[in-house]
Parts: sequence; C-alpha cells; structure tokens
Amino acid sequence: MSAPTSTHAHAPAAWQNPWLLFGIMAALLLLTGFGQSWILALTILQLCMISAIMTLGVNVQWGYAGLFNAGTMGFVALGGMAAVLAAYPPVPEAWSAGGTGIALSALVIVGIVAGVVIARRQLTGLARLLATLAVLVLGYVLFGQVFGPATDAIEAVNPAQTGFLGGAGVRILLGWALGGVLAAGAAWIIGKIAIGLRSDYLAIATLGIAEIILAVIKNEDWLTRGVKNVTGLPRPVPYEVDLQTDPGFIDLAASWGVEPNFLASVTVKLAFIGLFAIVLVTLVYLAEKALHSPWGRMMRAIRDRPDAAAAMGKDVKRRHLQAFIIGSAICGIAGAMLVTVDGQFTPGSYQPLRFTFLVLVMVVVGGSGNNFGSVLGGFLIWFVWVQSETLGFAIADLASTVLAEESALRAHLNEAAVHLRPVLMGLILVLALRFAPRGLIPER
Amino acid sequence: MSLLAANNMRGGYGAADILQDCTISCDRGEVAVIVGPNGAGKSTAIKAIFGMMNLREGEVSFGGKTLNGMPPQARVEAGMGMVPQTNNVFPGMTVEENLEMGAFLRDDGGAGVIEKVYELFPAVYEKRNQHAGELSGGQRQQVAVGRAMMTEPSLLILDEPTAGVSPIVMDELFDRILEIAKTGVAILMVEQNARQALEIADTGYVLVQGQNRYTDTGAALLADQEVRATFLGGDQS
Amino acid sequence: MIDIANAFILLSNFVLIPAVTYGAQLALGALGITLIYAILRFANFAHGDTMAFGTMVAIFLTWGMQALGWSLGGLPVALLSLPFAILATVALVIGTDKLVYKYFREKRVDPVIFVMASVGVMFMMNGLVRIFIGTGDINFADGSRFLIRAREFRDMTGLDEGLALRTAQVITIVVAVAVMAGLFWFLQKTRTGKSMRAFSDNEDLALLSGIKPERVVMVTWIIAGALATIAGVLYGLDKGFRPFTYFQLLLPMFAAAILGGIGQPIGAVVGGFVIAFSEVGLTYAYRRVLDYLGPEAWEPDGLYQLLETEYKFAVSFLLLVIVLLVRPTGIFRGRIV
Repeated sequence: MSAPTSTHAHAPAAWQNPWLLFGIMAALLLLTGFGQSWILALTILQLCMISAIMTLGVNVQWGYAGLFNAGTMGFVALGGMAAVLAAYPPVPEAWSAGGTGIALSALVIVGIVAGVVIARRQLTGLARLLATLAVLVLGYVLFGQVFGPATDAIEAVNPAQTGFLGGAGVRILLGWALGGVLAAGAAWIIGKIAIGLRSDYLAIATLGIAEIILAVIKNEDWLTRGVKNVTGLPRPVPYEVDLQTDPGFIDLAASWGVEPNFLASVTVKLAFIGLFAIVLVTLVYLAEKALHSPWGRMMRAIRDRPDAAAAMGKDVKRRHLQAFIIGSAICGIAGAMLVTVDGQFTPGSYQPLRFTFLVLVMVVVGGSGNNFGSVLGGFLIWFVWVQSETLGFAIADLASTVLAEESALRAHLNEAAVHLRPVLMGLILVLALRFAPRGLIPER
Repeated sequence: MSLLAANNMRGGYGAADILQDCTISCDRGEVAVIVGPNGAGKSTAIKAIFGMMNLREGEVSFGGKTLNGMPPQARVEAGMGMVPQTNNVFPGMTVEENLEMGAFLRDDGGAGVIEKVYELFPAVYEKRNQHAGELSGGQRQQVAVGRAMMTEPSLLILDEPTAGVSPIVMDELFDRILEIAKTGVAILMVEQNARQALEIADTGYVLVQGQNRYTDTGAALLADQEVRATFLGGDQS
Repeated sequence: MIDIANAFILLSNFVLIPAVTYGAQLALGALGITLIYAILRFANFAHGDTMAFGTMVAIFLTWGMQALGWSLGGLPVALLSLPFAILATVALVIGTDKLVYKYFREKRVDPVIFVMASVGVMFMMNGLVRIFIGTGDINFADGSRFLIRAREFRDMTGLDEGLALRTAQVITIVVAVAVMAGLFWFLQKTRTGKSMRAFSDNEDLALLSGIKPERVVMVTWIIAGALATIAGVLYGLDKGFRPFTYFQLLLPMFAAAILGGIGQPIGAVVGGFVIAFSEVGLTYAYRRVLDYLGPEAWEPDGLYQLLETEYKFAVSFLLLVIVLLVRPTGIFRGRIV
C-alpha cells in the first residue's frame, strides 16, 4: 500500500505568528463589542473558551495520536450530566422510592460482568458458551425485575419538577472534575474495543457510542430527567438578580455611569470568564508539558511511524488508549462547564454537528498537534459559527428587500439562513484540509 | 540486436544508486537469469527494465525502440510481461478471472489465449473456478505466470518465481518456464536459488553491488570455480 | 391452530415484513458504503446525506409531476422521478470527488484524512438539503397506500389478526431485489465490474494489468450515487422524509457493512438484513404473540419487549461492537483492518 504522508510538522510561515493571530482574534471580539453589544461579545468569549477546551481535548486525540473521534458529542454530554449529578440537590423521596432498587440493579450488573468474566476464565468450549449465555439471560431477567419498578417509582415522584434521583448537592465545580472522570470511563470502555483497529473503524465506533450515551441520557428520566431538562442548577458565581438588587452594587454602577443591570450581566460574565480562564490556562500548561515530555514525543513518533514504533517494542495500543482517554476527559470537563454557564442541562441540545464536527473543524483549522493552535481554532471557529448566523440573517434580510413582501421565497430565505452555517463550516473544513492541513498555528 | 537491451544502467530509489553500471540483454527464446547476493540490485535491475524505477543513466531498448520514461502499463502494451514476487494474483477472484484480468489490455478479451495458458498449466485449469487466494504457493505462482502470459508478451520478466516454494514445485515451475521459452518468448528471471536457475539458463548475469561481475552461459558459470566458491558454495536460503 | 396462524400474522405484520423492508433499504445503503470503501478505501460519512440529497431531488420532481396531474395508477409517481434524481446525485458525487477527494488521492494521504473530508462534504450536503427543502416531515408517496388492508385480510381469512401490506413495502422489496441482482450481475459478469473487483482486491496488480484507476473510481461513484438515491427514495416513501434521519442511518449502515465484511457487496446485503431483523425483532413487544402462543390460562402482563424503541440504534451499535470484538473482518472476511 502507498505510504501515507503526515500532515504535521514543518516550519511555519511569517504570518503564522501566534501573537499576531491571537491579536486578530481579540480584535474581532472587540469589534463585536463595539459594533453589536458588549454582552454579546462576552457571551461569545465564554463559549469560545469552552470550545477551546474541547479543541484541546480533541487535539490530544487527533494531533498527538492521530485518532479520529467522531463521538465528541457523547463525552461532552456525559460532562454535562456529571454537573447535574454533582450539583443538583438530592430528591429524598425519589431515593426512598427507588434508591434500593437502583442499587440492587447496579449489583446485578456487577454480578453479570463478574459472572461472564469468571465463566470465560474458568471454563472452555461449549461449557463456557452455555455458562456465559446463562449468566446473561438470568442477569437480564433479574435486572428487569428490580430495575423497572425502581425507575417507575422514581419517575413517579413529582414528575413535573423532579421525577429523578437528583444529584449529590455538592459544589458544581466538583461536577467539572466528575465530568472528566465519567468521560474518561466511557472512553476507556470504547477505547478497549475500538483502538488498535483501523482509523475509520474508531470513527464509526465513537459515532455509535455517542448515540448510545445520548439515547441513555434522553431516556433514563430517573437519572437525568431526560428531555424534560434540568434547570436551576447552582452557580459558582453570583446571580445577576442578586447583584442588581444589592444597594452597594447599584451605587457602584451609578458612580461609573452605567446601568446596574448591564453592569450585573457584565460582572457575572466576567466572573465566568475568569473561572474558565483558570481552567483553560491550567489545561494548556499541562498539555504543553505533556507534548514536550518524553511521553508526548513518543506519541508523535507512534503517530508518524506506527510500524517503526511497534517494531521498537512500543505498546502502540496502550499509548493510543491513553491519549484517547485524556482527550475525552478534557471534553467531559468542557461539557460540565457548558452546563454550568447555561445553568441547565438540555439533552436535546447535543447535536453531532454542533459538538463533534464543529470541534473537528476547530482542530484542523487551528493547527492539529499544536495546543495554542487548538485554542485559536476553538476561539475563531466558534466566533465564525455564531456570527455566521447573524450574517446569514442579515444577508437574508438584504435579499428579501429585493423580493415581494409575501413572497414564499422570502419566508424560505429567512428559514434557510440558519442552514447556511453547516455549509460554511463544511467548506471551511474541506478548504483547510486541502490548502492548510497543518492549520493556522502548525505543530512545531 | 537483442530483443531487450538494457545498457549501463545507473539508478536507485532515493539519493543513493543501487545500480552502478549494469547491462542486461535477452533475446527471443533465450532464458536469461540474474543471480547474486542480497542487495546486489537484481530486483532493482528488472524493475528499472520494466519502468517501475527511473534510471539516472543508461538506456533500455526493446525491439529496437528506446523505452526510457515509458510507464509500466505502456511497456506491457509494447509486449513485456511481468510476474512480481509478491501479491502477484487477485486472491479474491477465481483463477479464470485472474487470467481474464491478465488479458484486460487486449481488445479480444483473450478468448483464444486462455486455452493456451490452460494447456501450459493443466493444474491451473483444474482449479479454474477456485479463488486464487485458496491455492497453494506453487499453484498461485502458476496462476501469476499465466496471468502475465495472457497478453502474449515477447518478453516475460519474473521476480524470484520460486521464492518460498518446495524443490519439487520449483522444478515444475522451471519446466513450465522452459516450455514458454520454447515458444519464442524471451525470459528474464531474477533468482535466489542460483544453482537450479543457472542450470536452465542460456545466459547468466551475476550482479554484485549493482554491477555485472560475471556474464556467461549458465553452464559455464556453474562450472567456474570462482563463481561456485563465491555464490554457489554455501547454503542459498 | 388458529392461534398459531394469528401469532404468525402478527409477527409478519410487525416484525417480518417491516424487517425485510428495512433490511432491503439498509442493504442498498450499505452497498454504496461498502463499494466506496472497497475502491476508494475510506468510510464515507457523507453517504447518509447523499441519500438525503437524492431523495430531495426526487421529491421536487415528484411535486412537479403531481402539479402537472401525473399519476402512476396505484404506484407512487416518485418512481418516475428516480432516474432523474439518480442523474443529479451522480453528478453531485462525481463533482465532490473531482473537487475534494481527487486531490487527496493524488497526494496519497492517510485514509483518515479522506474520512475527515467526507465529514466536511457531509456538512455541506446536509446544509444544502435543509436550505432547499427545509427540516419538516414530508410525505411524498401517492397512489394507493395499501396493497392489502388489515380489514380486507381479516374478511378474507376470517382470522382475528389482519395482515396489512403497504405499497411502499412491496416496492422497496421488488426494487431492492432488482437492483441487487443487477449490481451482482454487473460485478460478476461484466468486464468493468470485474476490473473493479480486481482493483479492490490488489490495486498494484490491477494497475499493472492496465486497469485505469480513474475510470474505476468514476464507475464506483456512479454506482454509489445511484444506490444512495434509490435507498433514500425507498426509505422516504416508506417512512416519510426528514433530512435528519439520513444522518442517523449512518450508524446502522456502517454496522451492516462491517458486520458483513466491509468491501464485500454480499456482506453489505447480509449485514443489512441482520441489523434490520435485530433492530425490529429486539424492540417489538411480543405480548400479543405470546398471548396467542402461550397456554390458555396464562395472560402475559408485561410488554415483553426486549429493548425500548428509543434504543433502536443501540442494537446496531451493539452488533458492531460484537463484530469488532469477535471478528473484525466480518462475516465474509472484508478488508483486513
């Protein structure tokens, strides 16, 4: 078979100076602030940072290890669920109604897994097959007996407002860590199955796991409220309402000559941005250390010359699994952060386009293999994604002025404007792969 | 004028030259065998003759015409046939389909030729509806040669056709190759099993480090003390 | 005896016939994917949205024909639009090949780059379809909906359960069988088809034999585009058209292709039916069937549904995981991983 060419690592051009590019990015945000609104600019900045973190995660998988993860959406959703599980207060009635049932179900699952493992270890041939089947069938029946009634009971407890177990009621910031852990766990499972196979297979397998995770989140109301959504999640920063009604704050606003509501919004957003910045800077620091460590060098060697690396005795599968897990964990943290800033968990908002594939564009455009490139890619592409919707509406409006008031085309244009975004993103991805495969800030 | 005349070839894959001034020629009905130690450039020489590698110096002419720069497919159309060392059949296709693919370049689809190939390789005829990948090593080699013969080439190039086969199968293959030579086809063969190959060779080329070291008839080379000591004495694995 | 017949009718109505129909649709889709994998050697993530595009063109043409007052007796007039929809889709995929994939082929990049590029193409097709036809449900099947109605069947046979056979189901099966037969004949018996199999089997040797790579590539896209259009239209006639569904079909189609052995057309067909039967079979509530078949006194109280309908796609994924764990080359030993 013909040798693949790596898309990584060459000397960058003069304009590919990180300072210049980040400067341009900052200018774009400032322009938004001046031209449209500061609230908008800050909102965009918040999500830019979250996107940057997701891109960092995907970069560890793609840039360091050459793994194509088509299921980022699932890991982000797990992170969001973790935020809920950590921060939402527990619902005592639900626990008493179904808590034991759920615990028993968990025990049954453990029993099934243990049974299968023992059967596979201790027996061979037909006995092993029969034993495994017996364990699975018995386990399934048992599970059905305890699980169904338990979940029904939980979901019956005040379905309008809760109808689920709730969470642990701890600080939501712990949820961010839990998001990383849950995502890492899921990544371990899927990685064990699919890593070591051809890259297309990993892509398909991760596509699948994301769908499964989403299906579970949307259907297991007893755990996540499903599509009823979880609102009113606690915050690590003050609420605008509290600030707006605080006399000291109102005075402060007056002394600066701004509206207290405006200042409150800005303050809250800046607080979130500050928090996110801490996480982002920490992650970039760690990622950079990892990249330049022996581990990082080995990863890139394996990526560029897998056969040579394998011949030298490097355990390629294990290294790939490590990268896959770390990258997914980072995406999980980002997912928790996203739910925190939204204040709610909306399973329906997890679309493959918005999460998996948009982040892919961010990595490719920003510069796969380069952490600063990933951050830039996250910022820039998110900015384009948000503003292209505005732009689309503007274009649709402009075009409509030419058309008649009641024209069907005019109505259609307005609807269609939203869908120009994916076309634009697809075009950007293809153009980037073709003309700038190493990205804006390429790997050094 | 020989059918094939490759003179003073110099070239290699990267910056370094593997061939250093190599001259090979082969005429109709002649069995020419290239032998030599590993890394001598035997496979490189025939790859250059077939157009799979560019030469820095030297000239390859075929039927009086210069071939330099012509891609392999064009050389097949001009009358060369090539049997690669590995991956030389379509494993997922039947033997008969393999032969049909060999005749792909022909306008007539190889209707008459396939009978001749079956006559030449009766074992292949028996397995004609089996997948080539299921055959034994020796049978697969026969299919590979048969495939190359479907264009009725005037020159047949073989890259280590007996690599990894048992001695009986090797004898069988060499017999077939001699049969083909009798029909007037020029045979150019690289071989690791030097002794057995030289036994059937009209001309033997011993290459060392990309250059012709000894060139003589097969029998003469076998009789030569120096050649025997250096290349044929020890075990040829 | 009557009970067995009733149970059988129930199973046919709710499991057998839907599974065969869905299996045929998946098989056609998976065939396109497997052919692209065999020749172009990458997993084409844009295939689902290619199906959406083809169906979209068919719908527009159908509306045009309906506006002109055309009809096709009991059959949906959309069938007439198929050839033109196929032409449009083939033009689209050949266009994307020339503009996107050809460059990467010449550069001999890693297959994963092709997959990423196909993601970009998917984005664009997805957006374009939504721009042109919107995101709502569209039902474009006309003509008679049923070949046999449940009530007619009950009247005819005197059984309690009625078998309903929808036109769309029969069309799917007939068209799919014809297309698959045609495709297999093409691959096994024609010179071009054999050259494609040769190219997939051993590319270097194929080139040596004088097989022209760009011609093989073009024929592959033509066939894949046609298969995608047909699969998409059949699915849309059967289950209604919504752009988003075709992306969701990617997982079962990929699972079918891999289960059968990716790169092997027969594998795609077998895989399609295995996935379809599993999905339908595992999510059906067997209560009434058990009611008929079980002993008189026993009245099943649960639904006896092995898996909730929402987890339909989990079935494909589960089968995919099992294949990857147990035998990654699939049933018919596709390309080596």
